[in-house]
Amino acid sequence: MSRAEESQRRASARNGWLLSAPALVLLALAASGPLLIVFVYSFLEKGQYGNVIWDFSLDGWVGILFSRDIFDDTLKLADAHMTIFWRSVKLSLLTTFITFALGFPTAWFIATRPATQRAMWLFLITIPFWTNLLIRTFAIGEILRTEGLINTVLVKLGIISAPIQMLYNDGAVLVGMAYVYLPLMVLPLFSAIERFDMRLLEAGYDLYASRMQVLRHVILPIVKPGIVAGSILVFVPSLGAYVTPRILGGGKNMMIGNFIELQFGQGRNWPLGAALSMTLLVIVTVALLFYVRAINRGGTGGGHG
Amino acid sequence: MKKTLATIAALMATTGLAQAQEVLNLFNWGNYTNPDLLTKFEEETGIKVVVTDYDSNDAALAKVEAGGHGFDLVVPSANYVPIWTEKGLIAELDMSKLANHGNIAPEWMDVPWDPGRKYSVPWQWGSTGVAVNTSVYSGDINTSAIFLDVPEELKGKINVVPEMNDVVNLAIFYYGGEPCTEDLEVLKKVRDGLVAAKPNWISMDYGATEKLTNNDWAASVNWNGSTMRARLANPPVQYGYPKEGYPLWMDSVALLSDAQNVENAYKFLDFIMVPENAALISAFARYANGIAGSDEFMPNEMKDAPEVVVPSEFKEAGHFLPTCSPKATEYITAIWTELQK
Repeated sequence: MSRAEESQRRASARNGWLLSAPALVLLALAASGPLLIVFVYSFLEKGQYGNVIWDFSLDGWVGILFSRDIFDDTLKLADAHMTIFWRSVKLSLLTTFITFALGFPTAWFIATRPATQRAMWLFLITIPFWTNLLIRTFAIGEILRTEGLINTVLVKLGIISAPIQMLYNDGAVLVGMAYVYLPLMVLPLFSAIERFDMRLLEAGYDLYASRMQVLRHVILPIVKPGIVAGSILVFVPSLGAYVTPRILGGGKNMMIGNFIELQFGQGRNWPLGAALSMTLLVIVTVALLFYVRAINRGGTGGGHG
Repeated sequence: MKKTLATIAALMATTGLAQAQEVLNLFNWGNYTNPDLLTKFEEETGIKVVVTDYDSNDAALAKVEAGGHGFDLVVPSANYVPIWTEKGLIAELDMSKLANHGNIAPEWMDVPWDPGRKYSVPWQWGSTGVAVNTSVYSGDINTSAIFLDVPEELKGKINVVPEMNDVVNLAIFYYGGEPCTEDLEVLKKVRDGLVAAKPNWISMDYGATEKLTNNDWAASVNWNGSTMRARLANPPVQYGYPKEGYPLWMDSVALLSDAQNVENAYKFLDFIMVPENAALISAFARYANGIAGSDEFMPNEMKDAPEVVVPSEFKEAGHFLPTCSPKATEYITAIWTELQK
């Protein structure tokens, strides 16, 4: 009897694998194939006018950290590359923080509406997705530019006498990225908060916890998976952002995405571009591992005495 | 069975109809092709031209090299034509199909990048200089000092187009070097000069035609035709020819080796060498073409436009950029990365 059950379970597991095999194979090929090409290219020699020469070379990888000084021909730490990497990480962290600061109250507001209204509020959050990213980014540019909405209104009201330069700096990039990625923070936060048992709040207050204490010791630990998920969803694409820094940053200060593009275009150094892409992937993986560990620790270390 | 056959026949008939419309796939720079030119071509030949945009020579090269692009014609810049030829990406033209080949102006026939015009026919040519809103800055604008030693009035208001070769070579001219130089002393001055000037720039972006027009920028390193378009909409915008030296460029149309619609491509190439049609090309993007006799068909405002007709005192300072050696490209890219960090 139990053996029959056992073999039946095995058979259904086997069928499950067989049925999903085509999808798995496709996924493996489609996901790892291009990645493999990038990986291989990063170990090749660069061609004279772009493309690659099929000879093994570590120049691409060395080029990430070091650059040969064109004036005294010594190999030095490439401080231009470090600056670009650091700017990308910094702006992505700030974007994550800003979207959280704005997204948490928003998600809380939606989750605490009557169940019948929530769908409508969520629907409103998704409206920006109806329009292409490029158009939304240009629209932000229209609002920020010297003769744009904000400056025109402020000047008309007499609050400022001359327009403020808001476009073409890191601040503009930050505004643009926070706007673009905000929904990605709100949605996971909402689904975490929605499951939150509001009676715990009352319990907290009954035990003389202040509002701040309730937030820190009751709400945040419970909705942590939502925070982590939202942060990943915002941080990872921010790191590879290309369009926003290009349009709102005025192209003066590159982020990793723009730097990679330069290597495949005017820079004509595909191996370096490929090695940079792999590096970006590694940074993202490290960030993910970090988050996963944070989640696990939070899960086991709960329980406040 | 009969029904199936009938359906198949019907299907074949419709696809046959769809194929009856002759097409030509033109791969060209963005905002560069006059729609009226295409309409006229379609009226005369029944061939519909589909235009796909690119924004840099390198992007176009990479895309075509990757294969499977489906384009018939491409419009590379002068210093890129040898690369396309060397890689075998563009085909030698069959002169028997180009009756109007003789219309190419003599000075554009034996060009260094394509002697005898065996591979390419002229599309448009122009220069890279500086555009300045003279209501903001009234000093001398015929100098690269506009963006390298930025005048007080233009600080924080000047843009530099992110066109690596143009910008770095403008700086090389300014500091007394030859284009694509490998002279480290000059390159060092170039690097230091550019890096020192950058904090005074508002941005490094395209779109100068619009942003000079709506006063987002008071100045920009820019192309002559784009500046003329801005001036027509915003008169104080003037074009300066840097006297220290400035790059000249010409974009030429070439037939891709793996073109699908070769006959249509030849018809188009021959079509654009008719003076009247060449003038149509210029009327849109506001650059000169290279076809003799097109002047009389040019719009009036272009006939004596200071952006199109180079004033004689600045003619000497214009230089065609050669195809930089890999070594020179490495230097230029290193400087460019340093500049954009």
